[in-house]
Amino acid sequence: MDSKLANTWRLTVNEKNFIKTALLSEIRIDGRKPFEFRNIIINFGSEDGLAEVQLGQTRVMGIVTAKLVQPYQDRPNEGILTIYTEFSPMADLSFETGRPGESAVELGRIVDRGLRESRAVDTESLCIVSGKLVWGIRIDLHILDNGGNLVDAANIAALAALMTFRRPECSLGGEDGQEVIIHPPEMMEPLPLIVHHLPIAITFGFFIDESIVVIDPTHNEEAVMAGRMIAIVNANGDICAIQKAGGEGVSQSVIIQCLQLAITMAAGITKQIKEAVEAYNSERALQKIKREPSCGGNNIKESQNQSIDNKGIEVAGQYMERLKLVSRESCISQSNDDEVDSKLSALRRGTDGNGINFTRGPLSWDPYSKGVDPEFLKASLASQGLSTRNKKQGSSGEEKPGEAEGEEPYRDANPKSSAVDASETEMQTKGQKTLKDAVKPKNKRKKKGSSMI
Amino acid sequence: MEYVSPEGLRLDGRRPMEMRQIRAEIGTVARADGSAVFEMGNTKVIAAVYGPREVQNRSQQISDQALVRCEYSMANFSTGDRRRKPKGDRRSTEISLVIRQTMEACILTHLMPRSQIDIFVQVLQADGGTRSACINAATLALADAGIPMRDIVTSCSAGYLNSTPLLDLNYIEDSAGGPDVTVGILPKLDKVTLLQMDAKLPLDIFENVMGLATEGCKAVANYIREVLLENTKQLEYRRGL
Repeated sequence: MDSKLANTWRLTVNEKNFIKTALLSEIRIDGRKPFEFRNIIINFGSEDGLAEVQLGQTRVMGIVTAKLVQPYQDRPNEGILTIYTEFSPMADLSFETGRPGESAVELGRIVDRGLRESRAVDTESLCIVSGKLVWGIRIDLHILDNGGNLVDAANIAALAALMTFRRPECSLGGEDGQEVIIHPPEMMEPLPLIVHHLPIAITFGFFIDESIVVIDPTHNEEAVMAGRMIAIVNANGDICAIQKAGGEGVSQSVIIQCLQLAITMAAGITKQIKEAVEAYNSERALQKIKREPSCGGNNIKESQNQSIDNKGIEVAGQYMERLKLVSRESCISQSNDDEVDSKLSALRRGTDGNGINFTRGPLSWDPYSKGVDPEFLKASLASQGLSTRNKKQGSSGEEKPGEAEGEEPYRDANPKSSAVDASETEMQTKGQKTLKDAVKPKNKRKKKGSSMI
Repeated sequence: MEYVSPEGLRLDGRRPMEMRQIRAEIGTVARADGSAVFEMGNTKVIAAVYGPREVQNRSQQISDQALVRCEYSMANFSTGDRRRKPKGDRRSTEISLVIRQTMEACILTHLMPRSQIDIFVQVLQADGGTRSACINAATLALADAGIPMRDIVTSCSAGYLNSTPLLDLNYIEDSAGGPDVTVGILPKLDKVTLLQMDAKLPLDIFENVMGLATEGCKAVANYIREVLLENTKQLEYRRGL
């Protein structure tokens, strides 16, 4: 209502008549033919799941985010897809801050219907624990500039954002097998969403009567038109949703003609979106390759920071080998106790947080050191050391000398680390009882490191 | 789930092309300028129209046509689980908008500049097809209020389940997740003014389903005309003409 009023105020009678009379002879004010779409430009942001679409002067940004939520009771094993619209007053003077207006709600509902009811996004693959945890995918659509035909632009933005979005990989673990572990993107490549088909929205504007039909109306044309119909179709020729909310009456044959036209148009737009997404993906892959060789040094620094900050955070699996070497070097050089300590604890945390089968058993726990509780050591050796030690030593003979030397500093380092790291001490004291208890803390740390739900 | 039995009967015993029983009553709200109750099977909707009257909020006044407003709401007791629904949620906002625009298209708004027409529709019992029932009720209420209209608008829904086009879906069929096409037509002009559709459907099947819904609309239109005629006769009789 509000937007419509604002439009009527803005356009003068002369302007309206000009648009109408021009349309009678199939001329549009921006020089397009009646069934011509404006140019679509799709830009992607620095992160996944962000797309900005320009359709002529219309600009819409789509942002996709995900978090773990409880599913709806009637659909326990389906993820949740929600769409939020934000009509910024910056885009149009008729948009007001505060609660979303009617047009904002309608836009959101149309895009939502196109995506959800036609099952474009595979929601069942978003389920983690049936009835308890699923991924909730949220699409935010921000209107940055209103140049007319917001629905089509918003729909393309939503699709592009969905196609580039990647959710973190997660798995079940923990004591009861019900603990959800979210693997950070550095460790496991995040997964893209499964998009079955692309429902493309195409807006038709009807002027004066049904005889003048125009595709993709601009802002000014929207102020003049008597009715509009939004057809959401995919390239396979299926109709996913239609919205014609009142307005000028149109005969059935015209509707069918419009739908046929929409299906042919949709193929082109689908291709355009796919190409843009592919370009983005290949660029993303390239960046990844470039980044890889130069990151060893940075990573160590990072891990040091993390250990100092006492935030048990994971270190990328592929860098573990490198880190191990560096830490061994520092051990050999008998550098500052604190430094060694922090590095080692960082490593230990790293391994535990990752849950990767890379154990620092032999290095970190020396059964003959004095400062450590012998009971706990026995337990820890039994739990992690013995099994992996043999493997490690067997596989790499090189490591032996490093290890032997590494034990030296660690003897002093160990009690210190327990003093510095409160959480670690807790685990040590806990670990005094049985074999099983010694294993537990590891799981707990695993959970701590990665359950940033 | 089987929505059409091998004998060709639906869950509530109807044939695929059969509508639910419709019933309409005019003049149910005494204070309103026009009002009606419309029932489609177990779906029951009440509509009240106020106006044309002076615009309440002067800033909304339109100098060359009437301002039409519409409010759709669902009674708390209308569904199986009784729960207080927040006013102005996304669904009802959208339906309000749809009903308003549909009614605006058939009202001769240019005859009543600087005035306002309010349409209130409330769902008393919901059993699928509330949107259609609301539009039918609103048409009756507008006609009862004596508001000049181009044509009456009637609406009906149709769906496609078990590869059979079904007319006038009830709640169970509606929530089956299949396609749901709601059509609103101007019967005399034979034009489609409202068309809403969800879920996926190939074009040729869609054409069939839409055709079925349009037939349903025409049936509703016949009934509404009868009701209006009857009502007018009653008025005549009371006046002693």
